[in-house]
Amino acid sequence: MDNYVELKNLTFRRDGRLIFDDISLQIPKGKITSILGPSGTGKTTLLGLITGQLSPQSGDVLVDGLSVPNLSREALFELRKKLSLLFQSGALFTDMSVFENVAFALREHTNLPEHMIRDLVLLRLENVGLRGAGQLMPSQLSGGMARRVALARSIILDPELIMYDEPFTGQDPVSKGVLVTLIRSLNAELSLTSVLVSHDVEEALSISDQVYVLSHGQVIASGTPQQLRDSDDTELKQFLFGLPDGPVSFHFPAKPLVEEVLV
Amino acid sequence: MIHHYLINAVRRMGINALGVCAGFGRASWFLVQSLTWGKGFKAPFSRLVFQVYQLGVLSLPIILVSGLFVGMVLALQGYHILVGYGSQEAVGQMVALSILREFGPVVSALLFAGRAGSALTAEIGLMKTTEQLSAMEIMGVDPLKRIMAPRLWGGIICLPLLNLMFCVLGIYGGALVAVDMLGIYEGSYWANMQGAVEFYDDIVKGTIKSLVFALVVTWIAIFHGWNAHPTSQGISTATTATVVQASLAILALDFVLTAVMLGGF
Repeated sequence: MDNYVELKNLTFRRDGRLIFDDISLQIPKGKITSILGPSGTGKTTLLGLITGQLSPQSGDVLVDGLSVPNLSREALFELRKKLSLLFQSGALFTDMSVFENVAFALREHTNLPEHMIRDLVLLRLENVGLRGAGQLMPSQLSGGMARRVALARSIILDPELIMYDEPFTGQDPVSKGVLVTLIRSLNAELSLTSVLVSHDVEEALSISDQVYVLSHGQVIASGTPQQLRDSDDTELKQFLFGLPDGPVSFHFPAKPLVEEVLV
Repeated sequence: MIHHYLINAVRRMGINALGVCAGFGRASWFLVQSLTWGKGFKAPFSRLVFQVYQLGVLSLPIILVSGLFVGMVLALQGYHILVGYGSQEAVGQMVALSILREFGPVVSALLFAGRAGSALTAEIGLMKTTEQLSAMEIMGVDPLKRIMAPRLWGGIICLPLLNLMFCVLGIYGGALVAVDMLGIYEGSYWANMQGAVEFYDDIVKGTIKSLVFALVVTWIAIFHGWNAHPTSQGISTATTATVVQASLAILALDFVLTAVMLGGF
């Protein structure tokens, strides 16, 4: 099986709004796949469907060959031990130190002795350059450091699939560079399958093997980063090159200005 | 036109009724899932002890001080009523029976809902807002077992104990006023009380009430936290809903339980 995740003819509505309209895509094993698209296109929702936190109205989500919407609660939690998600906010446990945050999954899922937990946590913190920050509390970390601690926590159980939700948002250029390097090196060193959801085009394209671009509930483009850059599609160009107006309108739908202001 | 309004009104009623039923269904499923610890989850005892500390020990000051003052006021009011009938010596049994049967379980539960219930809702709501619960789910750890179960059981254990402490302080508060301030003979205060209070009818039934209130208050508190909209206003609304609904539930259930226990129906 070459694909770790497959979305098959997936349709998802929330509060009556159509988020995905019969979309299909594949996330190949061992590769970095980016899901790009303007804000509000449902990129984070897609991760919720992959992790089973949301259920589609129709279609299927296969993760490691298992149909996620049809799994029992117990089977779903078992599958999630192989998955990992880096939240946009970091989602660190605020009442635990950095060390305890990273050790959390080890303590919950294994019976390893304390000295071994300590060594594994320190190794993961070393991976993200924060071995010296183990005793800090999340409130003492900068945004970039919190994201790196969350990354260390998400790889502590050696997951097979790691998903990054907007990892570059709100990061300074140095932190962005650090995260790009980490995502690339971790994917190679740990033989992970990575899914990167982002609207930071340059960073995402620089590390991806494959890219999907979503808009209006559809996949509007897919391929390698170079294939996307070479595309003539106007909507894709507007998104990739940040043009203010085009097929995706600058204005939210409304009555004509004259009608609204001068009446 | 009227026909149209009627149809709409019936439709809205139907939607609301379905919403209420769905809400009860979700809350019941949530309760069943949270009552069971689940296999494979680590250190349940230490987490339970921590919650007993958070919900019980930290609620002690408000419970003890309130108990003392409720007992003092009851003795004062009771004395001034009973003295008119020349029965002021019965103030001890009046204070004890009022507190053990009603004031203890009800007031301690209302205070618990305000102090611990609101804190539980806000804590869980904030964990939801900052995606900590989602992070736990993604790591294959069920938040219902890891977060909700220790809090639910902590509440169930704490409130009956807090109630007993409230009752003890209330009875001592009554003695303080009746014996030390109003000059009731100490022997009759305690002896009348001892003669009137039944272990099963007063103490056990009061504790049963408190146990039911504990389950309901903690259930409402953690469910509202779990169900809160992940915004600051969502947490505020959920916290308010916890205090209001838990208080009303306590008062309504108190009537039902009292009626059942007295065999009035």
